[in-house]
Amino acid sequence: MAIDLHKYANPRRFLKIISAIYPWSVAVTVILLVAGLYLGLFVAPPDYQQGETVRIMFVHVPAAWMALSIYTMMAVSSAVGLIWKHPVADLSAKAAAPIGASFTFLALVTGSLWGQPMWGTYWVWDARLTSMLVLLFLYLGYMAIWESFEDPNKAAKAATILILVGAINVPIIKFSVDWWNTLHQPASVATLQGPKIHSSILMPLLIMGSAYTSFFVMVWIIRVKAEILGRRLRILQMNALRDK
Amino acid sequence: MRRFHSILRRDLKLSYRQGSAISLSLSFFVIVILLFPLGVGPELNILSRISAGVVWVGALLACLLTLDRIFQADYEDGSLDLLVLGSLPLEMLILGKVCAHWISSVLPLIVISPILALSLNMNPAGIWVMMLALLIGTPTLSLIGAIGAALTVGMRRGGVLLSLLVLPLYIPVLIFGVAAVEAAIAVLPVSSHLMLLSGISLGALVVGPVAAAAALRLTFD
Repeated sequence: MAIDLHKYANPRRFLKIISAIYPWSVAVTVILLVAGLYLGLFVAPPDYQQGETVRIMFVHVPAAWMALSIYTMMAVSSAVGLIWKHPVADLSAKAAAPIGASFTFLALVTGSLWGQPMWGTYWVWDARLTSMLVLLFLYLGYMAIWESFEDPNKAAKAATILILVGAINVPIIKFSVDWWNTLHQPASVATLQGPKIHSSILMPLLIMGSAYTSFFVMVWIIRVKAEILGRRLRILQMNALRDK
Repeated sequence: MRRFHSILRRDLKLSYRQGSAISLSLSFFVIVILLFPLGVGPELNILSRISAGVVWVGALLACLLTLDRIFQADYEDGSLDLLVLGSLPLEMLILGKVCAHWISSVLPLIVISPILALSLNMNPAGIWVMMLALLIGTPTLSLIGAIGAALTVGMRRGGVLLSLLVLPLYIPVLIFGVAAVEAAIAVLPVSSHLMLLSGISLGALVVGPVAAAAALRLTFD
Protein backbone atom coordinates (compact mmCIF):
# COMPACT_ATOMS: atom_id res chain seq x y z
CA MET A 1 0.00 0.00 0.00
CA ALA A 2 2.33 2.67 -1.22
CA ILE A 3 0.94 6.15 -0.92
CA ASP A 4 2.42 8.68 -3.27
CA LEU A 5 3.38 11.35 -0.78
CA HIS A 6 4.65 13.64 -3.48
CA LYS A 7 1.09 13.98 -4.73
CA TYR A 8 0.17 15.57 -1.39
CA ALA A 9 3.35 17.58 -1.19
CA ASN A 10 2.58 19.61 -4.26
CA PRO A 11 2.19 23.07 -2.72
CA ARG A 12 -1.04 23.88 -4.48
CA ARG A 13 -2.73 20.61 -3.55
CA PHE A 14 -1.23 20.87 -0.07
CA LEU A 15 -2.73 24.33 0.36
CA LYS A 16 -6.10 23.02 -0.80
CA ILE A 17 -6.03 20.15 1.67
CA ILE A 18 -5.00 22.21 4.67
CA SER A 19 -7.53 24.89 3.78
CA ALA A 20 -10.19 22.20 3.84
CA ILE A 21 -8.99 20.93 7.22
CA TYR A 22 -8.79 24.41 8.76
CA PRO A 23 -12.50 25.03 9.63
CA TRP A 24 -12.71 21.55 11.14
CA SER A 25 -9.65 22.17 13.27
CA VAL A 26 -11.19 25.40 14.58
CA ALA A 27 -14.44 23.64 15.46
CA VAL A 28 -12.67 20.70 17.12
CA THR A 29 -10.40 23.04 19.08
CA VAL A 30 -13.31 25.06 20.45
CA ILE A 31 -15.38 22.00 21.39
CA LEU A 32 -12.51 20.10 23.01
CA LEU A 33 -11.14 23.16 24.79
CA VAL A 34 -14.53 24.00 26.31
CA ALA A 35 -15.17 20.36 27.25
CA GLY A 36 -11.68 19.83 28.61
CA LEU A 37 -11.65 23.05 30.65
CA TYR A 38 -15.14 22.34 32.03
CA LEU A 39 -14.25 18.77 33.01
CA GLY A 40 -10.87 19.80 34.34
CA LEU A 41 -11.87 22.91 36.27
CA PHE A 42 -15.32 21.96 37.56
CA VAL A 43 -15.94 18.22 37.35
CA ALA A 44 -12.60 16.61 38.21
CA PRO A 45 -12.23 15.99 41.94
CA PRO A 46 -9.66 18.02 43.86
CA ASP A 47 -6.56 16.05 44.78
CA TYR A 48 -6.39 14.63 48.29
CA GLN A 49 -2.95 16.17 48.80
CA GLN A 50 -2.81 19.16 46.53
CA GLY A 51 -6.41 20.36 46.77
CA GLU A 52 -7.65 22.70 44.08
CA THR A 53 -4.22 23.67 42.78
CA VAL A 54 -4.03 20.33 41.00
CA ARG A 55 -6.20 21.88 38.29
CA ILE A 56 -3.18 23.75 36.93
CA MET A 57 -2.19 20.31 35.68
CA PHE A 58 -4.83 20.40 32.96
CA VAL A 59 -3.13 23.41 31.41
CA HIS A 60 0.42 22.47 32.31
CA VAL A 61 0.83 18.81 31.38
CA PRO A 62 -0.64 18.96 27.85
CA ALA A 63 1.52 22.02 27.14
CA ALA A 64 4.60 20.04 28.09
CA TRP A 65 3.45 17.16 25.88
CA MET A 66 3.01 19.56 23.00
CA ALA A 67 6.43 21.13 23.55
CA LEU A 68 8.10 17.76 23.03
CA SER A 69 5.80 16.46 20.29
CA ILE A 70 6.13 19.62 18.23
CA TYR A 71 9.92 19.42 18.41
CA THR A 72 9.74 15.78 17.32
CA MET A 73 7.35 16.68 14.53
CA MET A 74 9.74 19.42 13.38
CA ALA A 75 12.65 16.98 13.40
CA VAL A 76 10.69 14.45 11.32
CA SER A 77 9.49 17.14 8.98
CA SER A 78 13.03 18.51 8.55
CA ALA A 79 14.36 15.00 7.92
CA VAL A 80 11.73 14.55 5.21
CA GLY A 81 12.77 17.88 3.75
CA LEU A 82 16.42 16.83 3.82
CA ILE A 83 15.84 13.41 2.27
CA TRP A 84 13.27 14.24 -0.40
CA LYS A 85 14.38 17.87 -0.82
CA HIS A 86 10.86 19.11 -0.57
CA PRO A 87 10.56 22.78 0.46
CA VAL A 88 7.09 22.35 1.97
CA ALA A 89 8.51 20.03 4.62
CA ASP A 90 11.05 22.67 5.67
CA LEU A 91 8.39 25.34 5.77
CA SER A 92 6.19 23.09 7.87
CA ALA A 93 8.96 22.77 10.46
CA LYS A 94 9.60 26.51 10.34
CA ALA A 95 5.89 27.25 10.85
CA ALA A 96 5.74 24.93 13.86
CA ALA A 97 8.73 26.40 15.72
CA PRO A 98 7.16 29.51 17.32
CA ILE A 99 4.11 27.47 18.36
CA GLY A 100 6.34 24.90 20.00
CA ALA A 101 8.33 27.63 21.72
CA SER A 102 5.09 29.13 23.04
CA PHE A 103 3.93 25.79 24.43
CA THR A 104 7.32 25.31 26.08
CA PHE A 105 7.04 28.76 27.61
CA LEU A 106 3.48 28.01 28.76
CA ALA A 107 4.61 24.76 30.35
CA LEU A 108 7.45 26.55 32.15
CA VAL A 109 5.24 29.39 33.40
CA THR A 110 2.35 27.22 34.57
CA GLY A 111 4.81 24.78 36.09
CA SER A 112 6.42 27.55 38.06
CA LEU A 113 3.02 28.86 39.19
CA TRP A 114 2.16 25.33 40.29
CA GLY A 115 5.52 24.90 41.96
CA GLN A 116 5.00 27.85 44.29
CA PRO A 117 2.07 26.36 46.29
CA MET A 118 3.33 22.76 45.99
CA TRP A 119 7.08 22.91 46.45
CA GLY A 120 7.20 26.36 48.04
CA THR A 121 9.34 27.80 45.26
CA TYR A 122 8.82 29.08 41.76
CA TRP A 123 11.88 27.43 40.35
CA VAL A 124 14.18 24.59 41.27
CA TRP A 125 17.09 23.40 39.19
CA ASP A 126 15.75 19.93 38.78
CA ALA A 127 16.29 17.77 35.73
CA ARG A 128 12.88 18.20 34.14
CA LEU A 129 12.64 21.95 34.62
CA THR A 130 16.16 22.57 33.43
CA SER A 131 15.81 20.36 30.41
CA MET A 132 12.57 22.10 29.45
CA LEU A 133 14.39 25.43 29.68
CA VAL A 134 17.05 23.99 27.39
CA LEU A 135 14.28 22.95 24.99
CA LEU A 136 13.11 26.57 24.92
CA PHE A 137 16.64 27.65 23.99
CA LEU A 138 16.77 25.01 21.27
CA TYR A 139 13.57 26.46 19.81
CA LEU A 140 15.00 29.99 20.02
CA GLY A 141 18.23 28.91 18.33
CA TYR A 142 16.23 27.23 15.58
CA MET A 143 14.20 30.37 14.99
CA ALA A 144 17.32 32.55 15.12
CA ILE A 145 19.11 30.53 12.47
CA TRP A 146 16.17 30.87 10.09
CA GLU A 147 16.47 34.62 10.48
CA SER A 148 20.22 34.81 9.96
CA PHE A 149 20.44 33.59 6.36
CA GLU A 150 19.44 35.71 3.38
CA ASP A 151 18.75 32.74 1.14
CA PRO A 152 15.75 30.70 2.40
CA ASN A 153 17.11 27.48 0.90
CA LYS A 154 20.34 27.81 2.84
CA ALA A 155 18.44 28.78 5.97
CA ALA A 156 16.31 25.66 5.62
CA LYS A 157 19.38 23.42 5.37
CA ALA A 158 21.09 25.05 8.32
CA ALA A 159 17.94 24.82 10.42
CA THR A 160 17.57 21.15 9.48
CA ILE A 161 21.09 20.33 10.65
CA LEU A 162 20.50 22.14 13.91
CA ILE A 163 17.17 20.52 14.68
CA LEU A 164 18.36 17.01 13.86
CA VAL A 165 21.37 17.42 16.14
CA GLY A 166 19.15 18.91 18.85
CA ALA A 167 16.68 16.03 18.56
CA ILE A 168 19.10 14.00 20.69
CA ASN A 169 17.87 16.03 23.63
CA VAL A 170 14.24 14.99 23.27
CA PRO A 171 14.60 11.53 24.85
CA ILE A 172 16.80 13.08 27.55
CA ILE A 173 13.97 15.45 28.45
CA LYS A 174 11.32 12.74 28.23
CA PHE A 175 13.14 10.38 30.54
CA SER A 176 14.80 12.97 32.76
CA VAL A 177 12.23 12.35 35.50
CA ASP A 178 12.91 8.63 35.44
CA TRP A 179 16.70 8.78 35.20
CA TRP A 180 17.28 11.42 37.83
CA ASN A 181 15.57 11.28 41.16
CA THR A 182 14.25 14.80 41.41
CA LEU A 183 11.45 16.90 42.77
CA HIS A 184 9.33 16.64 39.62
CA GLN A 185 7.02 13.63 39.74
CA PRO A 186 7.82 10.72 37.42
CA ALA A 187 5.81 9.81 34.35
CA SER A 188 2.31 8.63 35.21
CA VAL A 189 0.31 8.59 31.98
CA ALA A 190 2.44 7.06 29.24
CA THR A 191 4.09 4.23 31.17
CA LEU A 192 4.60 0.61 30.19
CA GLN A 193 2.11 -0.48 32.83
CA GLY A 194 -0.56 1.83 31.43
CA PRO A 195 -1.84 5.06 32.96
CA LYS A 196 -1.43 5.25 36.71
CA ILE A 197 -4.03 7.92 37.40
CA HIS A 198 -7.77 7.68 37.91
CA SER A 199 -10.02 8.14 34.89
CA SER A 200 -11.79 11.17 36.40
CA ILE A 201 -8.51 13.05 36.04
CA LEU A 202 -7.12 11.17 33.05
CA MET A 203 -10.14 11.95 30.85
CA PRO A 204 -9.98 15.77 31.07
CA LEU A 205 -6.21 15.53 30.72
CA LEU A 206 -6.46 13.59 27.48
CA ILE A 207 -9.21 15.88 26.21
CA MET A 208 -7.05 18.91 26.93
CA GLY A 209 -4.18 17.18 25.16
CA SER A 210 -6.33 16.65 22.08
CA ALA A 211 -7.58 20.23 22.30
CA TYR A 212 -4.01 21.52 22.32
CA THR A 213 -3.14 19.26 19.41
CA SER A 214 -5.99 20.54 17.28
CA PHE A 215 -5.16 24.09 18.37
CA PHE A 216 -1.64 23.44 17.15
CA VAL A 217 -2.99 22.13 13.84
CA MET A 218 -5.13 25.23 13.50
CA VAL A 219 -2.34 27.75 14.11
CA TRP A 220 0.13 25.66 12.14
CA ILE A 221 -2.18 25.74 9.09
CA ILE A 222 -2.38 29.53 9.28
CA ARG A 223 1.40 29.83 9.60
CA VAL A 224 2.35 27.27 7.00
CA LYS A 225 -0.06 28.90 4.54
CA ALA A 226 1.58 32.25 5.19
CA GLU A 227 5.02 30.68 4.71
CA ILE A 228 4.09 29.08 1.38
CA LEU A 229 2.43 32.23 0.11
CA GLY A 230 5.41 34.28 1.29
CA ARG A 231 7.75 31.97 -0.60
CA ARG A 232 5.58 32.32 -3.69
CA LEU A 233 5.57 36.09 -3.32
CA ARG A 234 9.35 36.08 -3.11
CA ILE A 235 9.61 34.09 -6.34
CA LEU A 236 7.21 36.49 -8.08
CA GLN A 237 9.22 39.47 -6.86
CA MET A 238 12.48 37.94 -8.06
CA ASN A 239 10.95 37.19 -11.44
CA ALA A 240 9.63 40.74 -11.67
CA LEU A 241 13.10 42.10 -10.87
CA ARG A 242 14.70 39.85 -13.42
CA ASP A 243 12.28 40.83 -16.18
CA LYS A 244 12.77 44.52 -15.57
CA MET B 1 45.56 9.22 6.53
CA ARG B 2 48.66 11.17 5.55
CA ARG B 3 46.53 14.08 4.37
CA PHE B 4 44.59 13.93 7.63
CA HIS B 5 47.88 14.29 9.49
CA SER B 6 48.95 17.17 7.32
CA ILE B 7 45.72 19.04 8.07
CA LEU B 8 46.20 18.39 11.76
CA ARG B 9 49.84 19.50 11.62
CA ARG B 10 48.98 22.58 9.60
CA ASP B 11 46.29 23.74 12.02
CA LEU B 12 48.42 23.01 15.05
CA LYS B 13 51.34 24.88 13.54
CA LEU B 14 49.10 27.84 12.71
CA SER B 15 47.72 28.10 16.21
CA TYR B 16 51.19 27.60 17.70
CA ARG B 17 52.75 30.32 15.55
CA GLN B 18 49.89 32.69 16.31
CA GLY B 19 50.77 32.00 19.91
CA SER B 20 48.56 34.60 21.46
CA ALA B 21 45.50 32.47 20.76
CA ILE B 22 46.50 29.75 23.20
CA SER B 23 47.60 32.13 25.90
CA LEU B 24 44.42 34.19 25.45
CA SER B 25 42.06 31.28 25.97
CA LEU B 26 44.19 30.08 28.86
CA SER B 27 44.12 33.43 30.59
CA PHE B 28 40.38 33.69 29.92
CA PHE B 29 39.93 30.33 31.65
CA VAL B 30 42.04 31.40 34.62
CA ILE B 31 40.28 34.74 34.98
CA VAL B 32 36.77 33.25 34.77
CA ILE B 33 37.65 30.80 37.52
CA LEU B 34 39.30 33.43 39.67
CA LEU B 35 36.16 35.56 39.41
CA PHE B 36 34.21 32.96 41.38
CA PRO B 37 36.07 33.27 44.69
CA LEU B 38 35.72 37.04 44.34
CA GLY B 39 32.02 36.80 43.55
CA VAL B 40 31.00 34.03 45.94
CA GLY B 41 33.36 34.93 48.74
CA PRO B 42 36.57 33.26 49.91
CA GLU B 43 35.08 30.67 52.30
CA LEU B 44 36.90 27.45 51.55
CA ASN B 45 34.08 24.99 52.20
CA ILE B 46 31.72 26.83 49.84
CA LEU B 47 34.45 26.99 47.20
CA SER B 48 35.23 23.31 47.45
CA ARG B 49 31.51 22.54 47.05
CA ILE B 50 31.20 24.53 43.84
CA SER B 51 34.69 23.83 42.48
CA ALA B 52 33.68 21.03 40.08
CA GLY B 53 31.00 23.11 38.46
CA VAL B 54 33.18 26.20 38.27
CA VAL B 55 36.01 24.42 36.47
CA TRP B 56 33.60 22.79 34.02
CA VAL B 57 31.74 26.01 33.26
CA GLY B 58 35.06 27.79 32.79
CA ALA B 59 36.19 25.10 30.36
CA LEU B 60 32.89 25.36 28.45
CA LEU B 61 33.16 29.13 28.10
CA ALA B 62 36.84 29.08 27.15
CA CYS B 63 36.08 26.44 24.53
CA LEU B 64 33.17 28.50 23.20
CA LEU B 65 35.46 31.49 22.92
CA THR B 66 37.83 29.70 20.57
CA LEU B 67 35.27 27.84 18.46
CA ASP B 68 34.97 30.40 15.69
CA ARG B 69 38.69 29.98 15.02
CA ILE B 70 38.08 26.45 13.69
CA PHE B 71 36.87 27.77 10.34
CA GLN B 72 36.73 31.56 10.46
CA ALA B 73 40.31 32.51 9.59
CA ASP B 74 40.55 29.94 6.81
CA TYR B 75 37.22 31.12 5.47
CA GLU B 76 38.33 34.73 5.40
CA ASP B 77 41.62 34.21 3.57
CA GLY B 78 40.04 31.74 1.14
CA SER B 79 42.10 28.70 2.09
CA LEU B 80 38.95 26.93 3.33
CA ASP B 81 37.65 26.87 -0.27
CA LEU B 82 40.81 25.09 -1.37
CA LEU B 83 40.68 22.65 1.52
CA VAL B 84 37.05 21.84 0.75
CA LEU B 85 37.88 21.33 -2.92
CA GLY B 86 40.84 19.10 -2.05
CA SER B 87 40.78 15.33 -2.22
CA LEU B 88 40.39 14.74 1.50
CA PRO B 89 36.75 13.89 2.41
CA LEU B 90 35.16 16.87 4.12
CA GLU B 91 34.29 14.84 7.21
CA MET B 92 37.94 13.88 7.69
CA LEU B 93 39.03 17.46 7.09
CA ILE B 94 36.67 18.61 9.83
CA LEU B 95 37.80 15.86 12.15
CA GLY B 96 41.38 17.01 11.64
CA LYS B 97 40.48 20.60 12.36
CA VAL B 98 38.49 19.56 15.43
CA CYS B 99 41.44 17.54 16.73
CA ALA B 100 43.71 20.53 16.19
CA HIS B 101 41.25 22.78 18.02
CA TRP B 102 41.03 20.36 20.92
CA ILE B 103 44.79 19.95 21.21
CA SER B 104 45.59 23.64 20.85
CA SER B 105 42.77 25.26 22.83
CA VAL B 106 41.31 22.70 25.22
CA LEU B 107 44.22 20.49 26.22
CA PRO B 108 46.15 23.40 27.80
CA LEU B 109 43.09 24.14 29.94
CA ILE B 110 43.01 20.56 31.18
CA VAL B 111 46.72 20.70 31.98
CA ILE B 112 46.41 23.71 34.26
CA SER B 113 43.01 22.78 35.71
CA PRO B 114 44.50 20.90 38.72
CA ILE B 115 46.22 24.06 39.93
CA LEU B 116 43.00 26.01 39.66
CA ALA B 117 41.05 23.20 41.32
CA LEU B 118 43.56 23.27 44.18
CA SER B 119 43.05 26.99 44.54
CA LEU B 120 39.33 26.28 44.83
CA ASN B 121 40.11 23.78 47.60
CA MET B 122 38.93 20.69 45.71
CA ASN B 123 40.06 17.49 47.39
CA PRO B 124 42.74 15.38 45.63
CA ALA B 125 40.43 12.46 44.77
CA GLY B 126 38.19 14.92 42.98
CA ILE B 127 41.06 16.43 41.02
CA TRP B 128 42.09 13.15 39.42
CA VAL B 129 38.55 12.32 38.39
CA MET B 130 38.04 15.87 37.18
CA MET B 131 41.03 15.60 34.85
CA LEU B 132 39.83 12.24 33.60
CA ALA B 133 36.31 13.57 33.06
CA LEU B 134 37.64 16.62 31.25
CA LEU B 135 39.79 14.40 29.02
CA ILE B 136 36.81 12.21 28.15
CA GLY B 137 34.19 14.94 27.92
CA THR B 138 35.85 17.91 26.26
CA PRO B 139 36.26 16.33 22.79
CA THR B 140 32.46 16.49 22.65
CA LEU B 141 32.67 20.24 23.16
CA SER B 142 34.96 20.62 20.16
CA LEU B 143 32.89 18.24 18.03
CA ILE B 144 29.52 19.85 18.76
CA GLY B 145 31.15 23.25 18.58
CA ALA B 146 32.38 22.48 15.07
CA ILE B 147 28.76 22.05 13.96
CA GLY B 148 27.89 25.47 15.33
CA ALA B 149 31.06 27.02 13.91
CA ALA B 150 30.32 25.54 10.47
CA LEU B 151 26.75 26.83 10.57
CA THR B 152 27.80 30.37 11.42
CA VAL B 153 31.02 30.59 9.41
CA GLY B 154 29.69 32.85 6.67
CA MET B 155 27.94 35.25 9.01
CA ARG B 156 29.01 38.55 10.35
CA ARG B 157 28.50 38.67 14.10
CA GLY B 158 27.96 34.92 14.19
CA GLY B 159 29.47 34.70 17.67
CA VAL B 160 26.33 35.40 19.66
CA LEU B 161 24.29 33.06 17.51
CA LEU B 162 27.01 30.44 17.92
CA SER B 163 26.63 30.49 21.69
CA LEU B 164 22.84 30.24 21.44
CA LEU B 165 23.16 27.23 19.14
CA VAL B 166 25.93 25.40 20.94
CA LEU B 167 25.50 25.97 24.68
CA PRO B 168 22.17 24.09 25.01
CA LEU B 169 23.82 21.07 23.39
CA TYR B 170 26.74 21.29 25.84
CA ILE B 171 24.52 20.77 28.85
CA PRO B 172 24.57 16.94 29.00
CA VAL B 173 28.40 17.01 29.07
CA LEU B 174 28.33 19.58 31.85
CA ILE B 175 25.84 17.55 33.91
CA PHE B 176 27.72 14.26 33.72
CA GLY B 177 31.12 15.88 33.99
CA VAL B 178 30.21 17.64 37.21
CA ALA B 179 28.37 14.57 38.51
CA ALA B 180 31.51 12.46 38.09
CA VAL B 181 33.64 14.90 40.10
CA GLU B 182 31.05 15.25 42.83
CA ALA B 183 30.71 11.48 43.08
CA ALA B 184 34.49 11.23 43.47
CA ILE B 185 34.50 13.87 46.20
CA ALA B 186 31.70 12.03 48.01
CA VAL B 187 33.65 8.73 47.62
CA LEU B 188 30.93 7.17 45.47
CA PRO B 189 31.47 5.07 42.32
CA VAL B 190 32.34 7.33 39.40
CA SER B 191 32.55 4.82 36.58
CA SER B 192 28.90 5.13 35.49
CA HIS B 193 29.26 8.90 34.99
CA LEU B 194 32.51 8.46 33.10
CA MET B 195 30.94 5.80 30.90
CA LEU B 196 28.01 8.08 30.09
CA LEU B 197 30.50 10.82 29.23
CA SER B 198 32.37 8.43 26.94
CA GLY B 199 29.07 7.46 25.35
CA ILE B 200 28.25 11.10 24.66
CA SER B 201 31.71 11.63 23.24
CA LEU B 202 31.48 8.63 20.94
CA GLY B 203 28.05 9.74 19.77
CA ALA B 204 29.37 13.23 19.07
CA LEU B 205 32.30 11.69 17.20
CA VAL B 206 29.81 10.08 14.83
CA VAL B 207 27.34 12.94 14.48
CA GLY B 208 29.67 15.94 14.71
CA PRO B 209 31.84 15.65 11.58
CA VAL B 210 28.89 14.59 9.39
CA ALA B 211 26.66 17.43 10.54
CA ALA B 212 29.48 19.98 10.38
CA ALA B 213 30.36 18.81 6.86
CA ALA B 214 26.74 19.26 5.79
CA ALA B 215 26.77 22.74 7.31
CA LEU B 216 30.03 23.64 5.61
CA ARG B 217 28.82 22.46 2.18
CA LEU B 218 25.95 24.86 2.68
CA THR B 219 28.34 27.79 2.86
CA PHE B 220 30.01 26.83 -0.40
CA ASP B 221 26.87 26.11 -2.41
